[in-house]
Amino acid sequence: MTTTRIALTVNGESVSADVPARLNLADFVRDQLGLTGTHVGCEHGVCGACTLRVDGEIVRSCLTLVVQADGCAVETIEGLSDSGEIADLQAAFRERNALQCGYCTPGMLMTAQDLLRKCANPERTEIREHLSGNYCRCTGYHAIVDAVERTAKARQRRS
Amino acid sequence: MKAPAFSYVRAESVEHALELLSRHGNAAKILSGGQSLLPALNLRLAAPAVLIDIGRLDELRGIKLRDDVVTIGALTRHADLLTSEEISASLPLLRKAAAHVAHPAIRNRGTIGGNLAHADPASEFPACMLALDARMVIRGEGGERRVNARDFFRGIYETALEPHELLAAIEVPRPQPGSRTYFHEFVRRSGDYAMTGLAALAHVDGAQLGDLRLSYFAISDRPHLARATSHLVGVEITAERIAEAQAELDAELDPPDDQQASAAMRRHFARLLLFRCVADVLGRPELAMEAVR
Repeated sequence: MTTTRIALTVNGESVSADVPARLNLADFVRDQLGLTGTHVGCEHGVCGACTLRVDGEIVRSCLTLVVQADGCAVETIEGLSDSGEIADLQAAFRERNALQCGYCTPGMLMTAQDLLRKCANPERTEIREHLSGNYCRCTGYHAIVDAVERTAKARQRRS
Repeated sequence: MKAPAFSYVRAESVEHALELLSRHGNAAKILSGGQSLLPALNLRLAAPAVLIDIGRLDELRGIKLRDDVVTIGALTRHADLLTSEEISASLPLLRKAAAHVAHPAIRNRGTIGGNLAHADPASEFPACMLALDARMVIRGEGGERRVNARDFFRGIYETALEPHELLAAIEVPRPQPGSRTYFHEFVRRSGDYAMTGLAALAHVDGAQLGDLRLSYFAISDRPHLARATSHLVGVEITAERIAEAQAELDAELDPPDDQQASAAMRRHFARLLLFRCVADVLGRPELAMEAVR
């Protein structure tokens, strides 16, 4: 199988690799880089568990070929977690017991942080709308909405 | 599942993409944002030999307003339509619709050209383009041609595009000042496929409708422009006129029964959307109340 040479950054580190065209970004970060915080659920863009950031914007990594990310800056849940960018959001999820089964959590955190960067004081309906692409199988999500709302309020008080 | 194996070529220009398309014909697929193509590949519903990636062709990007025509490059993303000031000012219908297309992460990659060329009957933008009487700008190696939205959509995932052609842009006439738009869709969850939806453009002339284009989606194999609006244009709008138009609409529709909704449910939604739209564009909420009664 022919491969394509790509170079990108993942969580700030330069990575280059020869990849087959059909390899998606989720499988690349998980299988080739060992960054298994990005979860693979449905593999057709419905569940959002594979959400990560490319050039600062959230995307479905199962619907992005790694060759499309050539030259891009990719950030995974490990990057956001290690840098401390979402430490408060993670603490709020823990305190509010918002993990549910935990499978959707990395994608929920990526998506919630995306909302909080764009909108400092979201209504609960806005939080639900923004997270609507991350519904998984547990149902409910009240605690998740609580945790996101609490984080937004705490960040506002700090700023 | 995982996508089947394919070759990948990143197009360096539109001419390069067209040359690749004529070389590979039906064996090739154009990749723009990939938000419809990649699910189809991952589910193995499609198995092209070659993907031609046009995603980096800046010449296909951007929104320009000239002489009352808004030209939208095929690679303009759904997220761009949501945030563009030109779109908000000139084509608010597209901004309203974009908010209903899937989810933020998908809107960051999905493109208007990819969406229209995919021609999903449940999709919002084809119906908007029909309501707005837009033209598709199609490039082939022989040159450029334009096809009106009403002739472009030919069936489920079928368009007027030939295998060697590329949708390059969409030209949308800017509605006259004073026109109003309406958009609503019925979905089980936000971002899901619509069970039935409506994109509408109305010209309001005093208390009457000067023109009304009701473009329904997820109700046929392609977007459907209602003929029943002839009962509502240039007349005093009453609950009786609306009931007549609803009956006429019901007669012209032949909605499918599928896993999203039954045909009877779709007919019900279509009737609801008709009176809600008319009440909304005329600013007469009491019409909606009377129609319910």
